[in-house]
Amino acid sequence: MLTRRIIACLDVNAGRVVKGVQFVDLVDAGDPSELAARHAAAGADEIVLLDITATHENRGTLIDTVRRTALRLFVPFTVGGGIRTAEDAAAVFDAGADKVSINSAALARPELIGEIGAKFGAQAVIVAIDARRAKDGAPVEHAEVYVAGGRKPTGRRVVEWAREAEQRGAGEILLTSMDSDGTRAGFDCELTAAVSAAVQIPVIASGGAGNAHHFTQVFREGQADAALAASIFHFGIADVRALKEELRRDGIPVRLPC
Amino acid sequence: MIAVVDYKAGNLTSVMKALRAAGADPVLSDDPDVVRRAGKIILPGVGHFAATQFLEDHGLKAAIQERVAAGVPFLGICVGLQWLFAGSTEAPECAGLAAFPEMCERFAPGKKVPHVGWNSLAIRENSRLFAGIPDGSFAYFTHSWRAPVVQDTVAVTEYGEPFTAAIERGNVMGVQFHPEKSAETGLHLLRNFLELPAC
Repeated sequence: MLTRRIIACLDVNAGRVVKGVQFVDLVDAGDPSELAARHAAAGADEIVLLDITATHENRGTLIDTVRRTALRLFVPFTVGGGIRTAEDAAAVFDAGADKVSINSAALARPELIGEIGAKFGAQAVIVAIDARRAKDGAPVEHAEVYVAGGRKPTGRRVVEWAREAEQRGAGEILLTSMDSDGTRAGFDCELTAAVSAAVQIPVIASGGAGNAHHFTQVFREGQADAALAASIFHFGIADVRALKEELRRDGIPVRLPC
Repeated sequence: MIAVVDYKAGNLTSVMKALRAAGADPVLSDDPDVVRRAGKIILPGVGHFAATQFLEDHGLKAAIQERVAAGVPFLGICVGLQWLFAGSTEAPECAGLAAFPEMCERFAPGKKVPHVGWNSLAIRENSRLFAGIPDGSFAYFTHSWRAPVVQDTVAVTEYGEPFTAAIERGNVMGVQFHPEKSAETGLHLLRNFLELPAC
């Protein structure tokens, strides 16, 4: 039976893992290669490394971080942040990534999705969407796509952009609820369900994980194929194995033993 | 020498890395003469079945056919497994090796496609590839086309329907999943392949 994936996410800034609340107030959380190896050993089904400040000057640092991290990983490894061209993607693949996650660059030039896919396969392209709900109980369909690390609204609706990304050849959607991110109050299940129903490709839910029950909710109510969490693991609230054991008790299919 | 056939399909860094971790010193090559000298051949691959046309066009298919007939252990991964069949409806114009006469087809509608993630393996007994790997172990898949279950299937996975997760007949072997991305289970399988007597 196909299991639901638990993905450990490392937000990296200048070669170090950091974690913020609602995209600000960054706290140092350790060395990326060490944390990635630790999560994989504890049963993470996949590792995502996001270069959250992604500046041109930092590209060399990122490639080096990717290479060091990939060396010890034998589970799927995704890298995102600052990938603007097929050449940027190629450099990251060459350093050992299995998939790239693209966000702002895909919105600016949606052809990029197909360009990377043509060379490395659709399975290697994740389109990341940073979503914010419209205020005051507006319908979930009005949720808007933000770019530039969540700083800039695009005027595009989340569900519609997810559909377009799929049509252009994305292999998966990584959906982050900016409203929930870092709050540890639970995923946005309604938004995740809306996107999951709109596309055929897997949807990875992100933003808001605080306890095991939140994962059960996003798999059941949110129809997520995978869920991503960062701070829940870094600060020892739970490791992946403990989380999976709870999910299994809830009847969610997970990779155990792992 | 272990040859990893480079047919310009996708990213082979992970396969090379995993083989090194499993104790091999693999050579990545698109040269038929290197393939002819190899004691073991691995055909990795992600992406479109049409990419296998490269094998035909560059003399690699003939070299592989020759060596497989001579008994050299061969492992196809993902599209590399599908290539062991007659072909795939993904690119009907490209003929596979036809070690197995069936065709690969797209998953039937009703499930999300591609099939992405960790799925369990129902492992048949007496497989050399799976020696020491427990039934029900998980492996990482990412694909939209699948091979049917046939007599030489040694591991079956279910995704809406059963399909061949691994096949093995003498020295001809293939896995639909990615052993290079399947944690300890994958490394174990690669070690099993590496430990087979070379021809």
